Amino acid sequence: MKKKLVSLLACATVAATLLAGCGGSSSAGSSASAGSTGAAAAPAADAGAGHVYYLNFKPEADAAWQDLAKAYTEETGTPVTVVTAASGEYETTLMSEMAKSDAPTMFQVNGPVGLANWKDYCYDLTGSEIVGNLTSDAFELKDGDAIDGVAYVIESYGIITNVSLLEKAGYKLDDIKSYDDLKKIADDIQARKDELGVKGAFASTGMDSSSDWRFKTHLANLPIYYEYQADGIDSTKEIKGTYLDQYKNLFDLYITDSTCDPKELSSKTADDARAEFLDGEAVFYQNGTWEYSSLAEKFSDDEIAMIPIYFGVDDENQGLCTGTENYWCVNAEASEEDIAATLDFMNWCVTSETGTKAMAETMGFTIPFKTAEESPNAFVKQDAAYTEAGKTPVSWNFTTMPSENWKNGVGSALTAYAAGTGDWDAVKTAFVDGWATEAALAE
Amino acid sequence: MVGKSIKKWWPVFLLPTAAAFAIGFVWPFIWGIYLSFCKFTTVKNVKVIGLGNYAKVFADDTFSHAFWLTVLFAILSSILINVLAFAIALALTKGLKGTNIFRTIFFMPNLIGGIVLGYIWQTLLNGLLSRFGQPLLALSARNGFWGMIILLCWQQIGYMMIIYIAGLNNISGDLIEAAEIDGASPSQILFQIKIPMIMPSVTICTFLTLTNGFKMFDQNLSLTGGEPAKQSQLLALNIYDTFYARSGPQWKGIGQAKAVVFFLIVVIIALVQLRATTSKEVQQ
Repeated sequence: MKKKLVSLLACATVAATLLAGCGGSSSAGSSASAGSTGAAAAPAADAGAGHVYYLNFKPEADAAWQDLAKAYTEETGTPVTVVTAASGEYETTLMSEMAKSDAPTMFQVNGPVGLANWKDYCYDLTGSEIVGNLTSDAFELKDGDAIDGVAYVIESYGIITNVSLLEKAGYKLDDIKSYDDLKKIADDIQARKDELGVKGAFASTGMDSSSDWRFKTHLANLPIYYEYQADGIDSTKEIKGTYLDQYKNLFDLYITDSTCDPKELSSKTADDARAEFLDGEAVFYQNGTWEYSSLAEKFSDDEIAMIPIYFGVDDENQGLCTGTENYWCVNAEASEEDIAATLDFMNWCVTSETGTKAMAETMGFTIPFKTAEESPNAFVKQDAAYTEAGKTPVSWNFTTMPSENWKNGVGSALTAYAAGTGDWDAVKTAFVDGWATEAALAE
Repeated sequence: MVGKSIKKWWPVFLLPTAAAFAIGFVWPFIWGIYLSFCKFTTVKNVKVIGLGNYAKVFADDTFSHAFWLTVLFAILSSILINVLAFAIALALTKGLKGTNIFRTIFFMPNLIGGIVLGYIWQTLLNGLLSRFGQPLLALSARNGFWGMIILLCWQQIGYMMIIYIAGLNNISGDLIEAAEIDGASPSQILFQIKIPMIMPSVTICTFLTLTNGFKMFDQNLSLTGGEPAKQSQLLALNIYDTFYARSGPQWKGIGQAKAVVFFLIVVIIALVQLRATTSKEVQQ
């Protein structure tokens, strides 16, 4: 009998552990995943006047934010803590941090879909200084009439090109003006890859789940953008997939004229692709302005360029894909002093000399504020040049994708298609039917 | 003397553990059940909505797929782990040379965390699969499933082996000797004496492997991530996915409801298993 009791107890313990593990994962698991906990030394004198706690989304900018926070504290005495969530862990980290008594006063959402989770926590920024400094009201993130967030960085992505290698192959940047040009040149480079000393035209299309956002999100933005344009809408519950054929063409090009066998893509990452590009093994590499700092270590500004992802619909007028999925929000549940301190800090970041300089030079951001400094980022300059030349930037519509789950579905289908274990119809289904299902489930 | 001290000082020994248990398990557990009846984004700010979450547990068909896959996985991995662990334990109780080194080596995988193991094995298995032109782990649900089985076996066999070794060492030599004198064959000794005598170890090992199989999360997350298209997703990962991969606060509650359903299933299965194996235990 005693033995039975012991085993029963053991059973209950394990079961309780198990459930606690699930429920508690939001708090226990993710605090460990928070990147570096930088603490600006808090001067005790100003402790009563509110403090700022910023949960940063961008791991690559963590060090810069820590420095900026320190500079602000030195200048004003307001303590600023910046914590950076590990890559891909922002939502989980935010969820657990927000439940704490010392919750972030300043956090990020990625657009309308991300806002759905957090709108109850967003302080209405209407009338605040930072909103007044925006260059356009297109950078406000609204829920009804309330301004719940402001975009603080504008980014672009396209096809990063190794100009030296392109010239070695006998082409100039200007030779690529459309999808057909791109295909012709990529096919040619692929055919002569041994002669040119490259492994392929495009860096590997890494479909590992850590990296497939380049294709399930960023590349998938193009068919969505053109469909929205054609239909004159800016979001939808049901996508039609009008431009999926072009999506397929481009994806086919990426995986055919590639550095590796498409069967191996499922385990390749964006880091692999970057390494191939840095080693001169590939001429083209789809990614964004945020890659500039890692590429600039090896290449000079003349050696690399970003060209639009020519989609074969309106190539003549298409510019880079430019937009944002980074919106700052202020925690409405924070104390009044903290909210005031946070608003001041936000505004300082985008208006003061120290702030704008750090944002432009150290982080390499283009910020949509009147006081912005010019960024030395070559890709950002190219984006401006394209716009000046009359090209229309492709807006970021992936913020309207119905859920992470939808992206994952498309990503899986693309991976299977690339490896030949699935067909394109599965991608279509995941894209079109998946959208309707997920949009309905998000209701 | 000792008894008297214990009577006086027992709170010093028991209370810290009891407090940790209450804070770490009991309280989150009660919260977890409460949250499954709520709609919430953070646990600070919840709204009770009744049984609605439970009605939606099956709203996406991934839950039942994950459930049956988990059942299959738990049963298969338990059988494999126990059989192999017992076989190794038998081999390592024969008094061969180097027994201790082997015991240590077999036990070592158990000391590495599941996430790390998942990534290491992903590289290993993918290398092997691509060598043979097979679809990689993330592309084939079958390969992913077997990958997880191999990984879990590798990780857990050593631990179960230790328990079996302890059980086997506890069998009195007199019994074996008596059986040998009576003319029992080695297989008779194994099946008629050794196995019945170590039934308590079998109980605890099957219990551990079965519940571990059901609860497996880290290895699933890092080895296959549920790919392709959630086809290799086990229950715990499915719950996690429900919690984080969908938009809208309603999914948090649904994920929590799934966790409660999951809990009940594991408790029932564990109780049935305990009853079944305990009844086979014999007293010496």
